[in-house]
Amino acid sequence: MADNQPSSVVLVESFGHALQAEKMLGAAGIPCRLVPVPRHISSDCGVCLRFSSDFHTRVEEILSGRLESFEIVRL
Amino acid sequence: MDAIYLDNAATSWPKPDAVIEAMIRHQRMVGGSPGRSGHRLSIEAGRAVYGVRETIARLFHIADPLRIVFTKNSTEALNIALLGLLKPGDHVVTTGMEHNSVMRPLRFLASHGVELTVVACSPRGDLDPGDIRRALRPNTRAVVLTHASNVTGTIMPVQEVAAIARERDIVTCVDAAQTAGVLPIDVEMMAIDLLAFTGHKSLFGPQGTGGLYIRKGLDDRISPLMRGGTGSRSEFEEQPDFMPDKYEAGTPNAPGLAGLAAGTAFVLAKGPERIHAREKALARRFLNHLEALDGDATIYGPRDMETRTSVVSFNLRDIVPSDAALFFDERFGILCRPGLHCAPAAHRTIGSFPQGTIRFSFGFFNTEAEVDLAAEAVVRLLQR
Repeated sequence: MADNQPSSVVLVESFGHALQAEKMLGAAGIPCRLVPVPRHISSDCGVCLRFSSDFHTRVEEILSGRLESFEIVRL
Repeated sequence: MDAIYLDNAATSWPKPDAVIEAMIRHQRMVGGSPGRSGHRLSIEAGRAVYGVRETIARLFHIADPLRIVFTKNSTEALNIALLGLLKPGDHVVTTGMEHNSVMRPLRFLASHGVELTVVACSPRGDLDPGDIRRALRPNTRAVVLTHASNVTGTIMPVQEVAAIARERDIVTCVDAAQTAGVLPIDVEMMAIDLLAFTGHKSLFGPQGTGGLYIRKGLDDRISPLMRGGTGSRSEFEEQPDFMPDKYEAGTPNAPGLAGLAAGTAFVLAKGPERIHAREKALARRFLNHLEALDGDATIYGPRDMETRTSVVSFNLRDIVPSDAALFFDERFGILCRPGLHCAPAAHRTIGSFPQGTIRFSFGFFNTEAEVDLAAEAVVRLLQR
């Protein structure tokens, strides 16, 4: 995933949920990376999962119903 | 004189090499604050902690690893469960074989408006599940019991008790300090709602590791014991309400948990059944020696190895247990635990209060030769 491509992030409740999301996307072959939550999105000091915005719909489909609470934000 | 370590029910020792190596590796190579900072070492530390959750979840058949809260031992886990769940006016049932890790929080609660019933057990430590049923009241909120006694090794009928409790929507809280790693535990099949375990006994982890499994939905009814930083929801000054962060305030013992992961992996690789079989064989061998003493030894707890763990409590004529332990240590290098084992209720039940017993607790790494030497030490003490 090149840094200059439009990317999105999955925001989750905790680090453990971020790891669960990473596993789900990894199993589906979607490249993603754990990064600190960007300051302009949230003042939370935790991590989120960044991925190429090309996969936006698929990511939403994969996580829906499997992760208790999440939000996808385009950067 | 080499030490012969027969105090595995307190802390298992020695540990598998992999446990020590995992802790050293973690401190040398990882070292960051788990899930706190977002840099690579923090993320790696967070992955390591999550990995332990997955390993523990596999051992106890827990579907979601995030249902496990890490604590420093079973005592902390039991305090979270009991102090968080029980409120004035609630009724709680426990047994006469409990460790003070259960009894002291319950006695505290009983002095603050919680009704407590302690169901009596037989002098061998056996519990009749029917006595639990008969103790239930309309306001009974929870049944709390050990999976196996740390004094007699008696295995308690957890599954039967949990089934009785589940029928009435009563919470079953199990203290698995003596059994996690040696007896099969399946929280779903056994209908266990709260499972407290420690890392430093039969999971071969270091001291300062343990945890609490909380069934889905039950966390809404359990207040946290402590509040503080979790690395999540940092913009809010209120404690998060989701698992496991709700109960995991403060930086966790990540190097210890790395050791616990390696210890639990050791258990999974060997198989709890094989570990238990080995320990049972050693305990049976020692019991054979004691039984041959023809009345000089009072043996507590069940004799059938299918109903017990490898903890052997005994007394020798009228010899004070602490004197015996000192003799064993100084003359034979045998390290054991005399006295009440933090379980006065259990000693009252089996009739050894207040002097207590001598307790030899055998572990996976003990040998037949060590058992035989321990038996020889007993004979020498009696001849003194």
